[in-house]
Amino acid sequence: MLALNHEEAVTSHEATASPSRKPSIVDVLSANKIYADGTEALAPVDLSIAPGEFLTLIGPSGCGKSTLLKLVANLIDPTDGRLQWWRGGFDQVGGEGRRLAFVFQDATLMPWARISSNVSLPLDLAGVPSAQSKPRVAEALKRVGLEGFENRYPRQLSGGMRMRVSIARALVTNPDLLLMDEPFGALDEFTRNRLDSDLLALWWERKLTCVFVTHSIYEAVFLSTRVVVMAARPGRIYRVMEIDEPQPRGEAFRNSARFADLCRQLSAWLADASLPSPVRASP
Amino acid sequence: MKPLMESERFVRLAAPILVGAFLIGGWELACRHWQVPVFLFPKPSDIARSLMNDAPTLLGALWVTMRITFQAFLCAVVLGTLIAFLFVQSRFLEISLFPYAVLLQVTPVVAVAPLIIILVKNTQAALTVCATLVALFPMISNTTIGLRSVDQGLANLFRMNRAGRTATLLRLRIPSALPFFFAGLRISSGLALIGAVVAEFVAGTGGRGSGLAYEILQSGFQLDIPRMFAALFLIAFAGVSLFLLMAWLSKLALGGWHESEVAREA
Repeated sequence: MLALNHEEAVTSHEATASPSRKPSIVDVLSANKIYADGTEALAPVDLSIAPGEFLTLIGPSGCGKSTLLKLVANLIDPTDGRLQWWRGGFDQVGGEGRRLAFVFQDATLMPWARISSNVSLPLDLAGVPSAQSKPRVAEALKRVGLEGFENRYPRQLSGGMRMRVSIARALVTNPDLLLMDEPFGALDEFTRNRLDSDLLALWWERKLTCVFVTHSIYEAVFLSTRVVVMAARPGRIYRVMEIDEPQPRGEAFRNSARFADLCRQLSAWLADASLPSPVRASP
Repeated sequence: MKPLMESERFVRLAAPILVGAFLIGGWELACRHWQVPVFLFPKPSDIARSLMNDAPTLLGALWVTMRITFQAFLCAVVLGTLIAFLFVQSRFLEISLFPYAVLLQVTPVVAVAPLIIILVKNTQAALTVCATLVALFPMISNTTIGLRSVDQGLANLFRMNRAGRTATLLRLRIPSALPFFFAGLRISSGLALIGAVVAEFVAGTGGRGSGLAYEILQSGFQLDIPRMFAALFLIAFAGVSLFLLMAWLSKLALGGWHESEVAREA
């Protein structure tokens, strides 16, 4: 986080000059996505992602939340409209590595590589010498509570631990923007709750900006500062919920009446968002 | 100390050896009991004696066959891997060449061998070419499948990290291909031996530098059946050794991570 440009450093401890306006990290400007077969995965969407926020995309299947995330990740191009990343792209990053990290649905680890090599992959690909990457890998693993697992292979770890490795790999580049596509969807609820708490603590501690896709209402309410509810056919933004619950959030928030209210509200919105489509499992 | 019967390693070794000893013992006893003539079906002791007496010739023949096998195997591995890389680099190349690779595979080597022996002047080289033809296809197809079977998520990850072609090849494609490559090695090594022996049969080359197949043919002509069995035993032994060598290599390379080679945990 040390090398942040002062313009984006509004959420950083190192912020020296506080700029008057908060430039957004990503602006989605009327971007839509129509796939080759003609299905409109995403109708034109406008969305600004502010630094330091935890934004969650939630909605029924086919609402384009993954498509929107991939657009933000620059994994796919919009059919029309455009996206703007800080000062025209995240290529010019200098020595401090990339600014964008993506955590997939699966841990997506290289089974042939030890945990340390898996975590250091983004640094290795960027040509960071191992003398520099080693302490960063160790630090990232420590952050996710996996010290001492450097020399294990992915298959020796549980599903939850593999997901932690995946997050460590995302953190090792010191990203400004962390994109996560249903990262804990395949885990049991207990593990998921623990990882949610850890992720939230990490986000708060490191002043990250997160865009998170989930199916879980509880996860969305617990984690987010802003929840974007999306509707399907065509995929579009249906409603936005701001959650100003102070940080750090803990079990107390999970068990509070407010949490239950927010979940009920979000659930109602999701039900509305799902209405037009005839086949739809209840969330 | 725990009883030997509970040791996995001991059972793994002892059980097959016991079966082998039982079979050979039964064979020996049956031949003695019914007094089967040695030119019809020799006793194991006859075969062992023949193996001892003819050791210099037989081992020499084994060496010749193994040399051809290894040369052919090496050619198949190098060629097959190169072709696989070409196929993966260019879809057009694969589409245009793959049918011919299949053609190579489905044409029986026995049928092609005479032609090759006529075309290639040096007999040793001709035999190597025949054996290579047999061993080549598994290397091509396995390595191609391996190089293609890259996890899509990992491929995306590499793309997002702006990995170059070389880095992707070295860090992603080749490691992904290794299990398939080693499976190819196991098949191909056995086929190289089979190809070498079949080609020797067809060529029927005698004199200096003749292989085990020639020894078998000669023993047949001379009704020296124990010697025939001894040569057969050597071929089988060579095949098993090759297989074990490949299995060991595969374990060495994949032992740490691939499901097929990881020791079962209780």
